[in-house]
Amino acid sequence: MTRWGMVIDLDRCTGCGACEVACKSENNIATVSPEQADMGRAFAWMKVMTEVEGDFPNTTMRFVPRPCMHCDNPPCVHVCPVAATYINDEGIVGQIYPRCIGCRYCANACPYTVKYFNWFAPEWPAAEREHLNPDVSLRPKGVIEKCTFCHHRLQKAREDARAETRELREEDYQPACAEVCPTGAIVFGDLQNPRHRVSALKHDSRAMRLMEDLGTEPKVYYLTPRD
Amino acid sequence: MPSDVHPQLARLSPDEQRLLRPLVETSPGFYLVAGALGAVTLWGVIAYYLQLRFGLGRTGLNRPEYWGIYIIDFVFFIGISHAGTLISAILRVSKAEWRRAITRSAEFITVLVIGFGAIQPIIDLGRPDRVLFVFQHAQFRSPLLWDVISIGLYFTASTIYLYLPMLPDLAIIRDAGIKAPRFYRFLAAGYLDTPAQRARLERVIGVLAIVVIPIAVSVHTIIGWIFAMTLRPMWHSTIFGPYFVMGAIYSGIAAILIAMVILRRAYRLEEYFKPVHFDYMGRLLLVFSLLWFYFTFAEYLTAFYGGEPAEMRTFWAKLSGPFAVPFWTMVLGCFVIPLALMCRRATRTPRGTLIAGIAVVIGMWLERFNIVVPTSVNPRWEFESIARYLPSWVELSILAATFSGFILLYMLATKFFPIVSIWEIKEGREHSVREVADRVAGYLPQTPAASGD
Repeated sequence: MTRWGMVIDLDRCTGCGACEVACKSENNIATVSPEQADMGRAFAWMKVMTEVEGDFPNTTMRFVPRPCMHCDNPPCVHVCPVAATYINDEGIVGQIYPRCIGCRYCANACPYTVKYFNWFAPEWPAAEREHLNPDVSLRPKGVIEKCTFCHHRLQKAREDARAETRELREEDYQPACAEVCPTGAIVFGDLQNPRHRVSALKHDSRAMRLMEDLGTEPKVYYLTPRD
Repeated sequence: MPSDVHPQLARLSPDEQRLLRPLVETSPGFYLVAGALGAVTLWGVIAYYLQLRFGLGRTGLNRPEYWGIYIIDFVFFIGISHAGTLISAILRVSKAEWRRAITRSAEFITVLVIGFGAIQPIIDLGRPDRVLFVFQHAQFRSPLLWDVISIGLYFTASTIYLYLPMLPDLAIIRDAGIKAPRFYRFLAAGYLDTPAQRARLERVIGVLAIVVIPIAVSVHTIIGWIFAMTLRPMWHSTIFGPYFVMGAIYSGIAAILIAMVILRRAYRLEEYFKPVHFDYMGRLLLVFSLLWFYFTFAEYLTAFYGGEPAEMRTFWAKLSGPFAVPFWTMVLGCFVIPLALMCRRATRTPRGTLIAGIAVVIGMWLERFNIVVPTSVNPRWEFESIARYLPSWVELSILAATFSGFILLYMLATKFFPIVSIWEIKEGREHSVREVADRVAGYLPQTPAASGD
């Protein structure tokens, strides 16, 4: 059974933010004003979280890129009253925008705070507005949105593979963040497929998942820094 | 004291004359207050229109502070609604005779406030146009759906529980031919108050009073569960179901007391809402202030002793952090003030219970604030920047409009329906006094026979 998942090597992450930018342009993520961003209303399906350790000048900065964890036991899916948040049989947690009623219960239930709400109708700078990705649906105001592991790329990759009558290969389906990461810190694939790198990496001695003790079974693994 | 009798009420009994007076006579003060409340309500409607048009961005909400004033109001107003039905049902079932004058005013609070509570989550929706999806695409694993069901059931049951015991009074108004005769003829539904009808009615009321109790308990339990079912620090607590039910009844009692004091003053009902009613209700308030402290203490001590870091961030945010003012004001309003006033007979007066009631209502609103907001702004994911929440004028306007809308509707209700049950007072005078004497005699051992050994 396919379980799409991600392994992020924190030793390789330089905090460059390329994944964030690639995600934004791939997924038609709306731009908000600086004032709105200060209020906590910016969108970032993939966000590089920063942690500063120690006191100046002896400080270390650590970066943790955070997409949706695509939990196998997703708290957001349990609480949605209309089944707008769902998990598909390959483990991708998705959001049906035309069904979401905007109650934000899922957002509250998510321990990783990765669900974003459209407080206003989405806006883009004019130049960007002309180049939106036609493969990704736009969200109306008043609904929740979240990282989809670039699910639309999987659909396209499947079609291509079928047309060429061959198996889907690891490199056929990569989300934008993994594709663009300059240091190869983000590795994506099928956690159950022994031919995919993630299936071995998740057993690395450095591998951990966020808040594993909550029983949410996240499918994003982190390789902790060696120091 | 109304010395002159209103001409339309001349043929009626003194109880009827007194209690139907508000239906045929309205003071200028009533119009003034109603106008002011109407204006505030209208202002709130305009604020909501702006939110509807431009989006929930018009509120102060953000990520991760997803829920604010509206959800606080939802919990608060549904809590107030436990006043009527539950208190009245419990007093009826336990045969508390002093209930007779106060049940109707309490039941009206329930039915009218429940709607104002139930619309709050709809106001809070990003897509209110899709609200019917909760039926169309119902997903029964969601506590929100349990809530839709239990509130729907509760509203239905408490409306019937308000209406049926009002039938004999509606028949009295119909027979008196005052106000809008056709309206009352319709509502009285052909009730003639024959002994057979009365017996059947009392049987149905008896059954209803028992049925509404578990429904009412379920309503606030499930509201507590909406929070408790998540893994959020200081929400994920097994005590939340009963804690919310207890708090709901507590704020409900406070709301009844405030309503009683105002009704007593406005409609000169001193004969019906007597010092003994305030004394007894005050004792009830006292018991609940102690219960409130017990539950709150248990909840916070458990969190503190466990000392889980994620829980402690929220814990200290409330006790000494940015939410210290609402937290300690809540303790003052829910515990210190009502305890100090209600533990002495001398202050269990209308004035004393009014002050305690207002303190409890404010305290309980803050309790809901202290549950919703501090947890929201302290998500479990520690890298998340600490959020702030400042309600916008739109949210505050809708908050004000909810209060004013409810009070306005309650005022209007007193103009169409007797706010004290006429027939139950009459029944009390005619039957219960004897019945209670017999009952008390029945509790005691038989008088020892004279021919003992």
